[in-house]
Amino acid sequence: MVARIDLDLAHAYGPNPQQDSDYALLPMKMSFQAGGAYALLGPSGCGKTTMLNIISGLVKPSQGEVRFNGDIVNDKTPQERNIAQVFQFPVIYDTMTVADNLAFPLRNRRMPEAQIRQRVGQIAEMLELSGQLNQRAAGLSADAKQKISLGRGLVRPDVAAILFDEPLTVIDPHLKWQLRRKLKQVHQEFKHTLIYVTHDQVEALTFAQEVVVMTRGRAVQVGSAEALFERPAHTFVGHFIGSPGMNFLPVTLQAGHLQVGEHRLPLGDQLHHGLVGTESLKLGIRPEYIALHSAPAENCLPAQVLRWQDLGTSGLLTTQCAGEVVRVRLANHSDTPQVGQTVYLQVLSIHTCFYEQEALIA
Amino acid sequence: MKPVNQKAWFLILPVLLCVAFSAIVPLMTVVNYSVQDIISPERRVFVGTEWFAAVMRDQDLHEALWRQMVFSLAVLVVEIPLGIALALSMPAKGWQASITLVLVALSLLIPWNVVGTIWQIYGRADIGLLGAALQAMGIDYNYTGNARDAWLTVLVMDIWHWTPLVALLGYAGLRSIPDAYYQAAQIDGASKFAVFRFIQLPKLRGVLMIAVLLRFMDSFMIYTEPFVLTGGGPGNSTTFLSQYLTQKAVGQFDLGPAAAFSLIYFLIILLLCFILYNWMQSVGTQAKESHHG
Repeated sequence: MVARIDLDLAHAYGPNPQQDSDYALLPMKMSFQAGGAYALLGPSGCGKTTMLNIISGLVKPSQGEVRFNGDIVNDKTPQERNIAQVFQFPVIYDTMTVADNLAFPLRNRRMPEAQIRQRVGQIAEMLELSGQLNQRAAGLSADAKQKISLGRGLVRPDVAAILFDEPLTVIDPHLKWQLRRKLKQVHQEFKHTLIYVTHDQVEALTFAQEVVVMTRGRAVQVGSAEALFERPAHTFVGHFIGSPGMNFLPVTLQAGHLQVGEHRLPLGDQLHHGLVGTESLKLGIRPEYIALHSAPAENCLPAQVLRWQDLGTSGLLTTQCAGEVVRVRLANHSDTPQVGQTVYLQVLSIHTCFYEQEALIA
Repeated sequence: MKPVNQKAWFLILPVLLCVAFSAIVPLMTVVNYSVQDIISPERRVFVGTEWFAAVMRDQDLHEALWRQMVFSLAVLVVEIPLGIALALSMPAKGWQASITLVLVALSLLIPWNVVGTIWQIYGRADIGLLGAALQAMGIDYNYTGNARDAWLTVLVMDIWHWTPLVALLGYAGLRSIPDAYYQAAQIDGASKFAVFRFIQLPKLRGVLMIAVLLRFMDSFMIYTEPFVLTGGGPGNSTTFLSQYLTQKAVGQFDLGPAAAFSLIYFLIILLLCFILYNWMQSVGTQAKESHHG
C-alpha cells in the first residue's frame, strides 16, 4: 500500500550529541504525501542519505519517530515497511543471471513463479534489458548493472515507497536522461511514493513535484521548482538553486531607505511594511532579475564590470557592486559593456528577497 | 616495430640467481640422485628410471599415499566449512573483535613440534585432559595402541591447529564486502541463508581458494606433528608421505628411491593443486559460459 510518510526526528551517529555539528540530522518535521514524487537535494554530507536510510529502516533515528500512514514504524525492518531502495553504486548478485537478479526480491516474498516471470519481463522491457536476461550479471558494464539495481527497486508492484540514493551517478549522461524519463513515467503510471536523493539540481527539479533542499543536517526549504527559484526560504537555497545562484548584498535599514555600502535606495511602502523592526539584512536578487542601465538611473547601484561570459543563448556579466560580486544574466546582449566600465544595476523589484540571519523575511 | 630493450634482463638477474641457488639447484640435485646409484662421490652408476619403477611398485608407498589422500581430503572437508562458520560468527567491530582475533590466531603461533607435544600429553589416557575425560566417559580411547584413534587424533589436532587460518582468511574476506550489499539484501527481503549463499559465499571465493590451496598443500606435506605425536604408528597407521619419505632417505639412506619419490610427490601436489584451482575457478561461472554460445 502506498504510504504517506511523516518524520518528526533527529539523528546523530555518535552517542550524546551536544552541539549542532554532532547531528547528522537536526530535529525536523517533514511529511511526504502518498503518491508524491520528492527529491532530497543538497551537497555531500548534508544528511540526505541519512534521511533516506531512516525512512527505509536501514538506520534507526536516535530521537523521534517515523510514521507510515500514521503508524510508528521505528522498530520495523525495511522488509516490514515494504520499502524498495536503489543505491548509489550498483549492487548485483554476482552468481545470478540478470533475470534471477530481477526476480530475487519477488522470490524472497514467495510470489508465484508465473507472475514473477511476467513482472521480470515487464521491467526488463522497460529498462531495455530484455536481450540480456539470461546473461550472468557479473559480466555486464556498470551502466547495465545499475539498470539491474533500478529494476530490482521497481520490480515489486505493491511497495509503500521507492527510495533512490543518487542512482544515476555511475550512468553516462545520454542514458541518464533516458532513465530519468523512465522513472517519471513509472511514477505517472503507478503513483508510488518516490523519494529521490541527488546533489544535481537539474535532476531534482525535473524529477520531483516537491524538492527538499538540505544543508548541514537541516531541511531548509520544501517546495516546487518555482518556489525554490522565486522565493528561496534560506540564503543557502538561493545560492544552491540556479546557475549561477542568487546575488546577496548586505544592507542596513534606516528610516525609510536601505543603505547599501555608501549608497541609498528608497524603499517602497509595501517592502517597508515587511521589514519593520529589523536592521541588519541581506538583499537577495537572482542574476536573471537585475535590470541593467548604462547611465545613472533612479534607484540604481553603480557597479564595475569585471568579466563578460557569452553562454550562447544568454550572457553573464560579473560586476563588483558595493564590495560584493554581483552577477547579471542578460538575455539580449547586443551591446556588451566593456570590462572596467561602470554600469547601473536595479536590484529592487518584486523579485527581490530580504534575509535576516539567513532566513527569508520579506 | 618497437625497439626491444634487452637491458631489462639484467634487472631480473638477481632474482634469477636467488631462485637458482635456493630452488633450481637443490631440485636438480634431487633429479641427479633419482637417476643414479651413488655409492660414494667417485663411484656412481646411472640407473635410468629404475628407482622410479621401484617406488611405483612399493606397497608401503601406495598405502602411505592413500592414507595421505584420505587425510588431506578430511582436513579440507572439515576445516573449510568450520573456518567459514567461525568467520561468520566472529564479531565485526569493537574490542570484542580484537580479542576474538587474538584468541583465534593463538594456535597459529605455536610451533609445529610444540603442537605435537601438547596433543601427546592432552590425549594421554592416564594424565591427559582429553584422554582421561574420554576414558572416564567409558570410551576406550588410546592413540598409542589403536590405529583409528591415532589417525583421528592427528586429524583433530590438525583441525585445532589450522582451522583458525581458514577463519582468519574468511574473516578478512567478509570484512571487505561493502555494506551496500547487506543493505540491498535487506531491502530485497533476503533470508540469512540467501545472504550467505548469494553475497557472502560468492564474495569469499577468492580467499577460500587461497585457503583450500594452502590447507591442501600443507596437510599433504604434514610431518612434524604426527612425528612428535605418534611417530607414524601404531603400525603404519599415521605414516604419511613425508614421514615415509624421511624414513627412506634418512633412516635407510636409500637416497635414489627417496629422490625419485620426492619428484613424484612434487608432481602429485602440483597436479592436485592445478585441478583444485581450476575446479574452484569454474564454480559459479558456469551460468556465464553456458549462455555465451
